[in-house]
Amino acid sequence: MCCIKSSEWRRMSLVAVSPIYKCLMFVLQAEVFPYPEIGNEEVEEINQLVAPVERFFTEEVDSAKIDREAKIPPETLNGLKELGLFGIMVPEEYGGLGLSNTMYARLAEIISLDGSIAVTLAAHQAIGLKGILIAGNEAQKQKYLPKLASGEHIAAFCLTEPGSGSDAASIQTRATLSEDGKQYLLSGSKIWISNGAIADVMTVFARTEVDVDGVKKDKISAFIVERAYGGITSGKAEDKLGIRGSNTCEVSFDNVPVPVENVIGEVGSGFKVAMNILNSGRFSMGSSSAGMIKKLIELTAEYAATRKQFNKSLSEFGMIQEKFAMMALNAFVMESMAYLTAGMMDRPGLPDCSLEAAMVKVFSSEGGWICVSEALQVLGGLGYTKDYPYERYVRDCRILPIFEGTNEILRMYIALTGMQYAGKALTGKIKEMKKGNIGMVFGVVGKKLKSSLGGSVDYGLTGKDGVVHPSLAESAKKFEQNVSHVGSTVESLLYRYGKTIVDEQLILKRVADVMINLYAMTAVLSRASRSISIGLRNHDHEVLLANTFCSDAFFKNNYLMTQLQKHSPENNDANIKKIAREVLENRAYICSHPLERTF
Amino acid sequence: MSGRVLVGVKRVIDYAVKIRVKPDNSSVVTDGVKHSMNPFCEIAVEEAVKLKEKKLIKEVVAVSCGPQQAQETIRTALAMGADRGIHVEVTGKDYETLGPLQVSKIMAALAKKEDAQLVILGKQAIDDDCNQTGQMTAALLDWPQGTFASEVSFDGDKIKVVREIDGGLETIKIKTPAVVTADLRLNTPRYATLPNIMKAKKKKIANVKPADLGVDLTSRLEVVRVDEPPQRQAGVKVETVDDLVGKLKEAGTV
Repeated sequence: MCCIKSSEWRRMSLVAVSPIYKCLMFVLQAEVFPYPEIGNEEVEEINQLVAPVERFFTEEVDSAKIDREAKIPPETLNGLKELGLFGIMVPEEYGGLGLSNTMYARLAEIISLDGSIAVTLAAHQAIGLKGILIAGNEAQKQKYLPKLASGEHIAAFCLTEPGSGSDAASIQTRATLSEDGKQYLLSGSKIWISNGAIADVMTVFARTEVDVDGVKKDKISAFIVERAYGGITSGKAEDKLGIRGSNTCEVSFDNVPVPVENVIGEVGSGFKVAMNILNSGRFSMGSSSAGMIKKLIELTAEYAATRKQFNKSLSEFGMIQEKFAMMALNAFVMESMAYLTAGMMDRPGLPDCSLEAAMVKVFSSEGGWICVSEALQVLGGLGYTKDYPYERYVRDCRILPIFEGTNEILRMYIALTGMQYAGKALTGKIKEMKKGNIGMVFGVVGKKLKSSLGGSVDYGLTGKDGVVHPSLAESAKKFEQNVSHVGSTVESLLYRYGKTIVDEQLILKRVADVMINLYAMTAVLSRASRSISIGLRNHDHEVLLANTFCSDAFFKNNYLMTQLQKHSPENNDANIKKIAREVLENRAYICSHPLERTF
Repeated sequence: MSGRVLVGVKRVIDYAVKIRVKPDNSSVVTDGVKHSMNPFCEIAVEEAVKLKEKKLIKEVVAVSCGPQQAQETIRTALAMGADRGIHVEVTGKDYETLGPLQVSKIMAALAKKEDAQLVILGKQAIDDDCNQTGQMTAALLDWPQGTFASEVSFDGDKIKVVREIDGGLETIKIKTPAVVTADLRLNTPRYATLPNIMKAKKKKIANVKPADLGVDLTSRLEVVRVDEPPQRQAGVKVETVDDLVGKLKEAGTV
């Protein structure tokens, strides 16, 4: 140990002991720097494809009417089918457009102009038929994909049940194999099914009895179920706050005969199929939210520039300006994250970007919700009326943090996945320590000393061979500092809690938020670096946005990590839990009324 | 008859864009501005494709003159149903001064080369509003012309064209080969659907230079200055007619 040079020692220990460095896939620079690019031909193609879709949405889609009547008119639906929007990612050989994740994200920017249409299309292709696409066999693909791609058949994804929402593994719908072994009989109830009443082909998840080494076990399997099989009833359409044009209802299965050929993947592998499907669709929320915010910025800016009060136009007031800056920053970050993720997903070898996609979803759903609310605020009373689209955008956006995996669940996923690698590495070290490997102990202690003595952190993002452009160097340094800090924070959390960390949601929430911020910082640094390097129009503005966001995120991360330190005075968790306990025990607010007397 | 129809399509600044004049008043800002196919050209393409679907003609060839980006416009025409495209490459200064006279020479040359039975153009482009190319093309070819068409039908070896004119509608019958220019009410152009855009990728676009067609691109016009329309001034209310006359005299208009 002592004959290693101090600089090497520091690097080694940082790499070996700071597991976040390893597991944060996005710090593997090769993946995220440079920002993913698509070929010239593809850019041209995207522009070609975007034009008619934009036109259709501007000219033929009456969002106010769809919201008012809680229905998408058949002509509009037909128009969407003819445009080819029902099979965007289905390969050409099955009648789809065969577009990449990146192109899908680009089109999602426009489709999001109408929330009901966006959800109807997403329920159909991002999850409804996705199972067949990613886990189906050739026969299933040939049989079902062509009609699904053309929109002749509509698809739905049936997982959630009255008793099983976030806890998807607890579903009770059952599929029993018939005597002759040729079909399954499916029975159970599903709720909150988008396209439930109009779907012809559904991906349904049910428990099946599986033989595991001679032991009978209950495992979830995925099935392709046609409405034509009979025994399927759809309940009445839910009367929702937003996305009212999208059909959502209960779907009940009463001994529906499903041929064994319709099992997707292996019997018993259904849960994994479900998770893969959900993970693969999430990233597009980034681009659809960004698309919506960009549109809102245009509409709102028009108003802010012309409306005058106190003899000044609204756009001259600080608090209004702040809202526009916030919207621009959010749109910038969401775009950057979405296309970075899509670009990584499009790399050959089907890389697993479920962690990144989850981070995009959490950021975009919450950012989108805040932005539409602030946009409405700019218009004041007018924004509150149905004469303007703002209130509809607010209502449509409220579903974003709820569906496709609630943000609470996704934060747990993000934090635990991130910490998983840290945990593994640390377990090894702890074992060593117990074995009495003193050198190991010195190793860990030494490292802590070195880093706390303010040794500078360098992951190679900046400097002579750095991948980040010099005008972003400050932000990159802040990012590197955060990353190193996170590493030691996570380590100390694991020391403190060990496995019980799984139950410490308030802690995991902060870890997740830091990781989301870090991914966002990576995305904007990568994107802005590229924009400057290739001289995109308005790249100075991008640098401004990137630096502003990174600075803000840096301080937020530091605060979050301060709260995570042992006995942190900034951390009110114990009190919060106590308050919650007392309120929930009584199922009410328990304070005496302020006007009460005791005498 | 060859059964071939030539359709000219022009790439213009999108109709919804707010036009801005360059600071040096030399021309309009085009950099980074959204462009699309001239709306009247879309109507022309739609009519040609409709004729092909009715089996009245056999092939639709889309033509555009301009730099590399003109190919996007041709691709849109192909996605709408045209069979193949011809991109006449015009760049730089030549493109800046390209006008109806030069384009009509090119269209005339191509019409002869491709043995076209019919040339359909939009009645005018929304950027220069010239309304000349169709007429000039017909004159250069010495072909009959049916301009401002709101209805086109085949009548034996002739074409019946209903024209929108100031006084109402005028119906004429012209012999083929002929030039027709499309007016607003001729048809409603279809959307280029995404599957058709993908299919159109396989259709061919031939590359041609004006010199190959023996066309001289020199312009007879020189743009001196481009200005925005004057800001609309606020009106003034007056109490009596005498006041009105007084004000008019002041302004020197009476």
